[in-house]
Amino acid sequence: MKTTAIARIGAHPLDEYLRTDRLPHIWCPGCGLGMILGTVLRAIDKSRLDIDRTTIVSGIGCTGRAAGYVKLDSFHVTHGRALPFATGLKLANPNLKVVVFSGDGDLAAIGGNHLIHAARRNIDMTVICVNNFIYGMTGGQLGPTTPEMGRTTTSRKGNTEKPFNIPYLVGAAGATYVARWTTAHVRQMERTFIEALQKKGFSLVEVISPCPTYYGRMNEQATGLDQMRYYRYNSVVKHFANLADVDISLDGQIIVGKFIDIDRPYLPAPKGENGK
Amino acid sequence: MSSTGQISGEFFLSGDEACAEGALAAGCRFFAGYPITPATEIAEHMSDRLPEVGGTYIQMEDELASMAAVLGASWGGLKAMTATSGPGFSLMMENIGLGLMLETPCVVVNMQRAGPSTGLPTMTGQGDMMQARWGSHGPYSIIALSPASPQELFDLTIKAFNLSEKYRLPVLVMSEESIGHMYEKVTIPTREKINITPRRKPNVPPQEYLPYVPDDDLVPPMAIAGEGYRFHVTGLTHDERGYPIMTAEAQDKLVRRLVDKIEKNRNAIIEVEEDGIKGADVVVCSYGISARVATVAIQRARALGIRVGMFRLITVWPFPVERVREIAKNIKAFVVPEINYGQMALEVERAAAGRAKTILIPHMGGAVHDPETILDAIKQAVK
Repeated sequence: MKTTAIARIGAHPLDEYLRTDRLPHIWCPGCGLGMILGTVLRAIDKSRLDIDRTTIVSGIGCTGRAAGYVKLDSFHVTHGRALPFATGLKLANPNLKVVVFSGDGDLAAIGGNHLIHAARRNIDMTVICVNNFIYGMTGGQLGPTTPEMGRTTTSRKGNTEKPFNIPYLVGAAGATYVARWTTAHVRQMERTFIEALQKKGFSLVEVISPCPTYYGRMNEQATGLDQMRYYRYNSVVKHFANLADVDISLDGQIIVGKFIDIDRPYLPAPKGENGK
Repeated sequence: MSSTGQISGEFFLSGDEACAEGALAAGCRFFAGYPITPATEIAEHMSDRLPEVGGTYIQMEDELASMAAVLGASWGGLKAMTATSGPGFSLMMENIGLGLMLETPCVVVNMQRAGPSTGLPTMTGQGDMMQARWGSHGPYSIIALSPASPQELFDLTIKAFNLSEKYRLPVLVMSEESIGHMYEKVTIPTREKINITPRRKPNVPPQEYLPYVPDDDLVPPMAIAGEGYRFHVTGLTHDERGYPIMTAEAQDKLVRRLVDKIEKNRNAIIEVEEDGIKGADVVVCSYGISARVATVAIQRARALGIRVGMFRLITVWPFPVERVREIAKNIKAFVVPEINYGQMALEVERAAAGRAKTILIPHMGGAVHDPETILDAIKQAVK
């Protein structure tokens, strides 16, 4: 067998968590998904979770492919249905730590109904919402989070619809932990993932992530670096911001931080003294 | 009731209740559903009874979610089911396909009502029989059962769970409003008299486990989440490792096995009921409530001296092609009453292959057949 550069370098610290035989991944140069997956895996590692009981569920799209690269029990299911699948999984075995990877289209469009109901029920799981403002896998179409006047292949003259403000939406629906970072906030993101993984109840972390191939190219941020630079200079940390004010526009500020951290009863209900 | 929540003895139950009790007796411990007439009573009964046996009931936001949650629960290690009717069955098709692709044991009950669309929600129908066979996209094979009484709803729901574990797929119980809302005596045996097929667990250590290496009968053993197997499964075309492989060759290997694991085991799966076939000139082929109505017509025809047999489909899918073909050699015609405009009749016609006529007695739904219409067809068939 040919000796690859990776083989010569030796094991990556996260190799234990990765299906290295499936690498390289399919994500484009400049895409944020690799950073986000790496950060989640570091957070899982630092949280000292029982990895045999940590499961990843994902739907369809670029983000949906995340489940296929992790060396954990992992489920790549139908478009939009990661949350109800994960709900069944968690209720069947409450000892599992369930993490859902979902893109903005998967989570907030085709899966939007499941999103609000999973938050309402306060199912004990952590959702990583990778928001790149566009459908990447199918070639750059308008999504539920595309900013107003954002250009896509199905809104060439600019989006005329109001996008979802995901933290506001899931906060109103009842989520007990909600935060937002961009891929320019890797350290903050990691700390937030660690917190979200410890949280009992429905936790959601939205990560604003570059898609230079489609969103960036069509909206004057042609490279991943351009998008990262935009995040760096336009993000404003505002913990516990008024969620009505965290809308994202085409060229405005991106409000990031921890927005919600509350406690309320969750499902599956914890076992009582009598073991039931 | 025993301390474990199990019940046994003789009960006066509706078909819906008998179905729910059958599921519990089979070991079902998870139900995800969405209210829909005429299957709602199954969800209601399960929401009462599951907590008594240590199980979980959850009412989901729609049937898309119900089916997804059932699959998730099965991978979480529980026997799981949902119950619905036509409009909900349409929504479940998406994740029934995922269940077939991931090879997920579970049971889906369809209490058929008259369609298309909202149709006659409170009234009976058998219009979803071909949807049961072909309703999800792509090539596949499926198992569907058709009970003809509340007792059979109990028995066949257990059988559906056993088949789903044995062959690793969603198994469909295709009943009707008429049976679901019918009250009859149902005998529930004691637990030790009920045969339960356990899940086929991996027989290799986790580091050697590949999720889709089949046993000799083409069915792979199944790991569940949280046991250290650290497996990946996907709705994409995949290889024995469960990894996505985007080639026609991988597609051929996978889909052939998914179909063959049912078709090559069809003799072990198929169950039918036959009465008076030998020497018959005409055979009524039917299922579910229509088969029950047909027995009245058969009795009257026999009283008139007509030699008529009964061939009742208990397994509707896979269809007993070989047996129907054999019967066709010796009779003039099949009479097929069903509450649709000809679905299983197409299979009878295909299997008979011109050796005997197929006479469809259609009914558009909302009621069962008048036995006289079936009797008239029997008389016509022997002329």
